[in-house]
Amino acid sequence: MSQPAPSPFVAALLDAPLPASGIGWLDAARRENLEAFAAAGLPDTRVETWKYTALRALAQRRFAAGDAQADARDVDLSAFALPGTDGPELVFVNGAFRADLSRLRDLPAGLSLQPLSLSLRQDAEPLRFALAGRYREAGDAFARLNAALAADGVVLRVAAGARIAQPVRLLFIGAPAEADLAWHARNVVELGEGAELALVEQHASSGEQGHLGTLVGDIVLREGAKLRHAVLQDAAEGGTLVRRNSLHLAARAQAAVHVLELGGALVRHELQAELGGDGSRLDMRGVFALRGRQHVDTQLAIRHQALGTASDSVWRGVADQRARGVFRGAIVVAAGADGSDASLANKNLLLSGQAEIDTKPELEIYADEVKAAHGATVGQLDERSLFYLRSRGIPQVQARSMLTSAFCRSVFDDLPDETLREHLFAMLSRRLPA
Amino acid sequence: MLKIENLHARVEGKEILKGLSLTVNPGEVHAIMGPNGAGKSTLGNVLAGRDGYEVTAGSVSFDGVDLLALEPEERAAAGVFLAFQYPVEIPGVNNTYFLRAALNTQRKQRGEPELDSMQFLRLVREKLKVMRISDELLHRAVNEGFSGGEKKRNEIFQMAVLEPKLAILDETDSGLDIDALKQVAQGVNAQRSPQRAFLMITHYQRLLDYIEPDFVHVLADGRIVESGDKTLALKLEEQGYAWVAEHGEPAGAKA
Ligand SMILES: Nc1ncnc2c1ncn2[C@@H]1O[C@H](COP(=O)(O)OP(=O)(O)OP(=O)(O)O)[C@@H](O)[C@H]1O
Ligand SMILES: [Mg+2]
Repeated sequence: MSQPAPSPFVAALLDAPLPASGIGWLDAARRENLEAFAAAGLPDTRVETWKYTALRALAQRRFAAGDAQADARDVDLSAFALPGTDGPELVFVNGAFRADLSRLRDLPAGLSLQPLSLSLRQDAEPLRFALAGRYREAGDAFARLNAALAADGVVLRVAAGARIAQPVRLLFIGAPAEADLAWHARNVVELGEGAELALVEQHASSGEQGHLGTLVGDIVLREGAKLRHAVLQDAAEGGTLVRRNSLHLAARAQAAVHVLELGGALVRHELQAELGGDGSRLDMRGVFALRGRQHVDTQLAIRHQALGTASDSVWRGVADQRARGVFRGAIVVAAGADGSDASLANKNLLLSGQAEIDTKPELEIYADEVKAAHGATVGQLDERSLFYLRSRGIPQVQARSMLTSAFCRSVFDDLPDETLREHLFAMLSRRLPA
Repeated sequence: MLKIENLHARVEGKEILKGLSLTVNPGEVHAIMGPNGAGKSTLGNVLAGRDGYEVTAGSVSFDGVDLLALEPEERAAAGVFLAFQYPVEIPGVNNTYFLRAALNTQRKQRGEPELDSMQFLRLVREKLKVMRISDELLHRAVNEGFSGGEKKRNEIFQMAVLEPKLAILDETDSGLDIDALKQVAQGVNAQRSPQRAFLMITHYQRLLDYIEPDFVHVLADGRIVESGDKTLALKLEEQGYAWVAEHGEPAGAKA
């Protein structure tokens, strides 16, 4: 009876009309997810997965529903260029697909790539499995919101056996607008049997703003498929960005994920992986480098479900000034996933007395003959190393930055694409205290 | 060049240097010997400017400036070099990159032009020959995976590249095989010049067979308690430090 009044955040989003697709199952799913979002609102810190990320301040903010001017926003793409990638790309500005900025012509054989809005108009049925879901967990508020309101996103399919040579880039740009607004993107990616793809997901900003972006991605790898997924997150300083990528790996599929988190005021990144087929393998490498009052929360959830699966995750975090980092790495080796190998290492560096990083590795094993290792540390720059560098004439600030950069860079050493690796290093260096 | 007067220093509240005085002139080689825990490395660290070493009394002047007022990097640029007793491994920082950054920041602070990578490479090649270090080591991270002896040789190699005015070598001879010892000695002798001075901390007379010191000092309980020429080292070798203790007045304690 005594339902509390919805927070300004919820109320503002409920004001907006749902996107209408005219597809019965989709409109129903959108409505029901919105109702669930409205009823539960944002999670509080009593929800285990939101323990270190309080949303009280966000709950008081109002975001306009999307950007009616998104098509007209002036955006200079050269600012976000990735050296070496001039392959297919899909560009979104404030959540709206921009055909004029995208590169979708002459797609290589075996690759199909288009905006979700178009896929829904042409043939929605194959998307039903991905888009008809209801989110039921207490921590699912943003997934619900995304399911209800995302009118666009990416549909990417690689045909069985196709090896796509050029990396595909998905670029999400936040552009300054008259008011802070909310945008939502829904991605569906599928690699057929034995298919291979390199995918770059990039979040950038063309000017200061405080938008809210949500992204939900389903990435399915059929038997023996191979995916390299790089995520470069350099959102606006005032931005709020909540992403969830769910990976499903069939037998002998392999995914290598590299994540660099630099931007945003409030960022949540959930990476869920299900090693569902025998012998599937997942390698994840990630770095977050934070400063100011940034709050960045990374949540890895890895489930080993099949025989002889392997996951290896290495994450590094750096927090300067008053920044706050949160890392949770939860691994479950389910019954039947015998002979699996799960390792997770998270090391963090605090560059200031006011910075904070909370890390929590969790490991649950229900299978036999499992090799598992996990560990997490939070520390400071090594005083002896610092003195060694300074004693050779390197000024303190530069010495600190050399050590910090070394701490982060080692994580990307195994990235095979050298230009991408160098680009990540360059982005990182610009970000670290100089 | 270096004038230490009545130096008192504390580490973690404990007084380690207790009135140490020492004068070093350009071109001189001074050997400092003394029992474990006497304060030899502490002296090196205080001179190089390490945090946590609190000077409670006394003064150190280097070429007329108050050395203790300078940051470690400023001391390096002024020409002070410390070869560490235990060089630290720094994963992720490339040896060559580090050394070039070090040389160029020093040069910049001295108002000299920086070396580009070609010029730097030429310099490195030349110095490597003297030290017989394989250039494979240079492509690794600083000291990472180096053997004990390789670390020590790398210290001398860095000294050769940076060309300091005052080099403090803290037990650079410890842990070296006989060939490496000769190479290190060669490296040091090649650097000897009328403008450059050395402070060599060692436990072994043997090093002094290869690098002939002008003075030998005994540092015990935070003070220089005995000074002499190279024959003092021989006497110590024969009689141990107990002899010094009985020998009477600390030489540098009259502050
Ligand atoms: N950082 C520190 N914290 C606590 N004690 C210290 C520290 N550095 C030095 N000391 C103490 O100061 C004393 C002198 O140490 P120092 O390293 O200068 O000796 P040393 O003469 O170089 O000895 P050795 O011949 O064994 O190298 C020792 O008792 C040592 O334990
Ligand atoms: Mg010592």
